[in-house]
Amino acid sequence: MLRTEEMLLNVGPQHPSTHGVFRLVVKIDGEIIKEAKPVIGYLHRGTEKIAEDLQYTQIIPYTDRMDYLSAMTNNYVICHAVETMMDLEIPERAEYLRVLSMELGRVASHLVWFGTYLLDIGAVSPFLYAFREREAIINLLTELSGARLTFNYMRIGGVKWDAPEGWLDRVREFVPYMREQLQGYHDFVTGNEIFHQRVKGVGTYTRDDAINYSLSGANLRCTGVEWDLRKHESYSIYDRFQFDVITRQEGDALSRYHCRMGEIEESLKIIEQAVEQCPEEGKILAKVPKVVKPPKGEAYVRIESPRGEIGCYIASQGKKEPYRLKFRRPSFYNLQILPKLLEGENMANLITILGGVDIVLGEVDG
Amino acid sequence: MTDNHNNDKSLPEQEGLDPTINQEEAPSENQPHSQAKSPDSNQKSDQNKEMDQTFDQETNNDLKEGNETQQQAPSPENPPNNSELPTQNQPTESDKEKAKKKAAAAAKAKAAAKAKAAEKATSAKAEKTEEEEELPSYNQPLLNKYVEVIKEHLGEDVIEEAYINRLSKHVPTIVTTPEAYYSVAQFLKYNEQLGFDFLSDYHGTDFETHYELYAHLYSLLNHQSIALKVKLDHEHPSIESLAQLWEGANWPECEAYDLLGIEFRNHPSLHRIFLGEEWKGYPLRKDYQPYDEEV
Repeated sequence: MLRTEEMLLNVGPQHPSTHGVFRLVVKIDGEIIKEAKPVIGYLHRGTEKIAEDLQYTQIIPYTDRMDYLSAMTNNYVICHAVETMMDLEIPERAEYLRVLSMELGRVASHLVWFGTYLLDIGAVSPFLYAFREREAIINLLTELSGARLTFNYMRIGGVKWDAPEGWLDRVREFVPYMREQLQGYHDFVTGNEIFHQRVKGVGTYTRDDAINYSLSGANLRCTGVEWDLRKHESYSIYDRFQFDVITRQEGDALSRYHCRMGEIEESLKIIEQAVEQCPEEGKILAKVPKVVKPPKGEAYVRIESPRGEIGCYIASQGKKEPYRLKFRRPSFYNLQILPKLLEGENMANLITILGGVDIVLGEVDG
Repeated sequence: MTDNHNNDKSLPEQEGLDPTINQEEAPSENQPHSQAKSPDSNQKSDQNKEMDQTFDQETNNDLKEGNETQQQAPSPENPPNNSELPTQNQPTESDKEKAKKKAAAAAKAKAAAKAKAAEKATSAKAEKTEEEEELPSYNQPLLNKYVEVIKEHLGEDVIEEAYINRLSKHVPTIVTTPEAYYSVAQFLKYNEQLGFDFLSDYHGTDFETHYELYAHLYSLLNHQSIALKVKLDHEHPSIESLAQLWEGANWPECEAYDLLGIEFRNHPSLHRIFLGEEWKGYPLRKDYQPYDEEV
C-alpha cells in the first residue's frame, strides 16, 4: 500500500474559485481533507467604525460595497432600520421602485452565482449566458440609478431618482425574456448528468445543523426550513405579492441549486406583479428632515437578501451620526459551516462545496 | 454643520417638514395629555397591524393559519385601522394647510416660535413616555410570559430588566445578569415551548460605562423574536461563550473579541478574526487610538 502523509495546502487568498480574497488552509492526507481552516479579513474595511463618524445618508454608499452583487438590498436594510426608528411612511411609488430594484438585483445576483458556480465545477458556457442576462438587468438598474453595481439608489424615506420614461415597460418586457432564458438554463444544465454527479449528495447537512449554524437564505431552505423574511416577517410591501418560498429537503449542493433557480422564478413573479401595481405618478421621497436624527434608542431590523438574512442594528443617541451601527451579514454567518462540511471530503469537492454556499467576500469581511 | 444642527431643531415646526413630527406634536399643543395620544398611537398600531396579526395568531399556536391569514388583509382587526387611514394620508394636505397658515402668520415673532419649540419638545417627550405607559404593546403579553417562565425556572434575580423595544418593531427585550446569561440563553433555546433555536444576530457595543452584548433570537417554532442582552463590566469585559449552544455564535464572538476586546470564556477558538493577532487595540471601542496614524 502506498504510504501517504499529511500535507498543508493553501487555497487562496488569490484564487478564482474563492470569489474574492479568501484563504483556506487545508490539511490533506492524500486526497482526503483532514481539516480546513478559513482565514478571512483580507477585505475588512471597518465599515461599522467608519459609519460612526458619518451621517445616515452618507453611510448608504458604504453598504453598496459590502454585498456588491446585490447592493440594492444592502441599501434598503439601513434605510429600513432608520425608517423603522423614525416611524416614517414611505410613498407608494417609492416602495414599488424599491421592490422592483431589489428583486431585479436578486435575479442578477443569483445569475452571477449560477454562472460562476458552473464555471467552478467545469462548465464554461453557462457563465456566458448568465452574464448576458445579468447585463440586461444591470442596464435596467443603471437607467434607474446611474451606476452599474454600486447603486447608492435608496434614501431614507424613499429613493433618489424616479424611474425614467418607459422604464417600467422595459422591465415588463424583461420578465418573459428572462423566463425563456431560464427555461434554457434548465434544459441546458439542470438535467445534465455530469452536473448531477458533481453536486448530488455533496456537502450535505441536516436541518438541525443549518439552524444551529445560523444559516439563512437558500442555505437554510435547502434543508426543508420554510423561512423567508419577505413572507414570514413581511417588510416593505411584500405582503401584496403572491409568491412561493422554495424549499427542498435534501440539504446537498444540488438542492441549493434548485432553491436558487426557483427563487429567480419567484422574483420574476414579484417583478411582474409590482410592475402592474406600480402607480404611474407619485412622490418618491417622504418628507424627511434634511438632517436625519433617529430618536434615542436602538433597533434591529432584518430583511431577505439573495444570500440570506441581512440585518442592521442601530444604537442612536438622537444625534445625526449613529452611536453604533452593526450589519448582520449573511455570508459571514453562512461561511461558518464550511470547515464542518469539508472534513473528510475529497479534495475535488472543495470547490463544489465552497461555491454552493454562495459567499461574497465584501460581506464576509465587512 | 452647527448651522444645520440648529436649524434642524426648529425646522419641523416652522416649515412643516416632517409629517410624523407634525402629527405628533400638533395635538400635544392644544390638548390635555390623555386625549392627545390617540392619533399618534393609532397610527403606530396601524403601521404594525400586520405584525400584530401574525403575533396574535401565533399566540393561538396555529402557525400555518397565521401565515395564510396574514396575506388576506381583512380581519377583525382591520376596520378600526382603516377608519384611521385618512389621518395617515393627511400629511400632504395638512402640510399644505400648515404651510399656508404659517405664511399668513409669518409675522409671528421668532422668539415665540422658539419658546414654543422648547415647550413642545419637553411636553412631547413627557407625553411620549406617558403614552407608552398607557398603551401596553401588543407584545407585552409575550414578554410577560417569557419573564414569568424564566423566573420560574431560573430564579427571581436572573433578569435585570425586561421591556418592549418599541423602536425595534416592538421586540421583547430581556437584560440578564452576566452570571445567568448562559443559562438564560440555554433555557430559551431548549425550552420546548419557547424554542428560540435560531440565533439571528449577535454583537457587542461599547456604551462607555459598560459593554453590552445583543443577541437576537428567533423561534422557528412559534415565529417569535426576542432580544437577549447583557451588560458587561467596562474594565474587564468577560462572559461565558454561547458557541456551545449555537455553532453560529462562534465567528460573531470572535468578531466581538477582535473589534471590542470582549473575552468569551470556553470559546472553542477565540482569535482575532479580521485584524490578525498583532493588531494593537480594539477599534470599535470608543476610546480607541490608532496605534500607527499612518495605517
